[in-house]
Amino acid sequence: MHNNKLVRATYLVLLVVLLAAPFIGLYPVFVMKLLCFALFACAFNLLLGFTGLLSFGHAAFFGFAAYVTGYAIRVKGWPPELALLAGAAVAAAIGLVFGLVAIRRQGIYFAMITLALAQMVFFVCLQAPFTGGEDGLQGVPRGTLFGVLPLASDTVMYYVTAAIFVACFLGIARIVTSPFGQVLKMIRENEPRAVSLGYEVDRYKLVAFVLSAALAGLAGSLKTLVMGFASLSDVHWSMSGEVILMSLLGGVGTFFGPVFGAGVVIGLQDMLADKVGAWVTVIIGAIFVVCVLAFRKGVVGELQAFLERRRARAPHSPARL
Amino acid sequence: MGQLMLGLVNGAFYAMLSLGLAVIFGLLDIVNFAHGALYMMGAFAAWILLDRFELNFWLALIVAPLIVGALGVAIERSMLKHLYGLDPLYGLLLTFGLSLIFEGLFREQYGVSGKSYPVPELLSGATDIGFMVLPNYRAFVVFASLVVCLGTWLLIERTRLGAYLRAGTENARLVQAFGVNVPLMVMLTYGAGAGLAAMAGVLAAPVIQVTPLMGSNLIIVVFAVVVIGGMGSILGSVLTGLGLGVIEGMTRVFYPEASSVVVFVVMVIVLILRPAGLFGKET
Repeated sequence: MHNNKLVRATYLVLLVVLLAAPFIGLYPVFVMKLLCFALFACAFNLLLGFTGLLSFGHAAFFGFAAYVTGYAIRVKGWPPELALLAGAAVAAAIGLVFGLVAIRRQGIYFAMITLALAQMVFFVCLQAPFTGGEDGLQGVPRGTLFGVLPLASDTVMYYVTAAIFVACFLGIARIVTSPFGQVLKMIRENEPRAVSLGYEVDRYKLVAFVLSAALAGLAGSLKTLVMGFASLSDVHWSMSGEVILMSLLGGVGTFFGPVFGAGVVIGLQDMLADKVGAWVTVIIGAIFVVCVLAFRKGVVGELQAFLERRRARAPHSPARL
Repeated sequence: MGQLMLGLVNGAFYAMLSLGLAVIFGLLDIVNFAHGALYMMGAFAAWILLDRFELNFWLALIVAPLIVGALGVAIERSMLKHLYGLDPLYGLLLTFGLSLIFEGLFREQYGVSGKSYPVPELLSGATDIGFMVLPNYRAFVVFASLVVCLGTWLLIERTRLGAYLRAGTENARLVQAFGVNVPLMVMLTYGAGAGLAAMAGVLAAPVIQVTPLMGSNLIIVVFAVVVIGGMGSILGSVLTGLGLGVIEGMTRVFYPEASSVVVFVVMVIVLILRPAGLFGKET
């Protein structure tokens, strides 16, 4: 597998860029926001890419956890580490409930059920007293992590965010390559066979769903900490759509695809938001259409396929390419 | 009583939309997320036809579905046909992207504030039927949607074309082998489904504000309706749609805060008790 060397080198370069970002002129708040969404997309991809379940309701975990963290810090005065954990834990709990209901149906129904359940969470957030309604929770202070790290400094916050992201990214990679992850992939490829081999498919799906929800929640909580607010747009169905687009664009079922997709989507929104108004929605929709019609493997997925084709061809005709 | 009637009106829209979804899903194996956007465009088409070309409601009720139906045919020919045989999830994602495009375009052009569409003169006013005062137009909406749904049901269950359609749903390749032009049938089915959504939009224009966002808010509820009813049976989806509209209306009377989520709650209960949906077949 001499492909491994290339992959390792790429990740090493990316890690160096990640560590050096504040010093090479990248705006830290933007990179932090990007990392939050990249984590969200990776969490989502754990479910779609490696288990084959399309959830259309991940905004519920992301957005509700964002509210929980904001509420815990601003109203209850909890320290940031506890507030982050609370967000992820609540998201996991919602994920458990969603999972128990949605896993009763498969395929396309699963997507519709998760969408409907997430819409329920949206209405709860719209009407519940603790979310601040249309205004959301504004001005959430970052506080001091473990009582020693002052997160108010963008640099400190940046490295904490980067550390959480890298840890979760490696964690997801570990889950996917573990025996548990192999079972998930089997369910994705051939569910009836998994059942006939004696695996309790629904339980595996549920665990994957809860894990994905918890990580998506952590991403939302982190976003509140970084940006200082939680709002209704975090729980809206369009957020569920965006995270699907990130995975699809980058490459469903690849490790780095969702990170790449998040970079493109967040970058586009950041560049275009104040210039073109509602056209952003049109552009996002158009990318969706092009992705589905032209490259369903996504950018990273197509690149991988290209490298594999080249490697397969190499022994026979080394002169080519 | 007024809320109950409003619930029935909403239920009529749920019924018409979930009917279109079920027919499209049956033949194309695609869950048409763009159904909400097509409904929105039907309402906008009616509004534009009145505003620019002074075409009245009755003409709009025919012209708008034709325009949107033609758009549906174009969508099927240019995009959806490339997805047949793939995982149905791709169809959902493609039509989701399309609905974002349409919604964005209309928002760019008309903003998010609602446009109001006047109730046609013939149906303005209300009739006192003893125990309540019934606005004529609302009664008409419920009646018209029942006629449309019943007509679709008859078309599918009782005609030759409908027989082809049902056979195509069962096994498209076999039907094609018998000499039926299946691609044409698929194209017209999607067009008809789009037209049906647009007709619901025209009917809705005088009762609600016409906005670019009216479709996406509705489609999620309609999805829940489809999950509750199961996409197998046409009469089932009509009954479920009307029933849920009424339940929603009643909730608005007794506990208004829950009215926006009651359909989803019903969905959860149904999924726990009867995972295949009320009229669905267990797969």
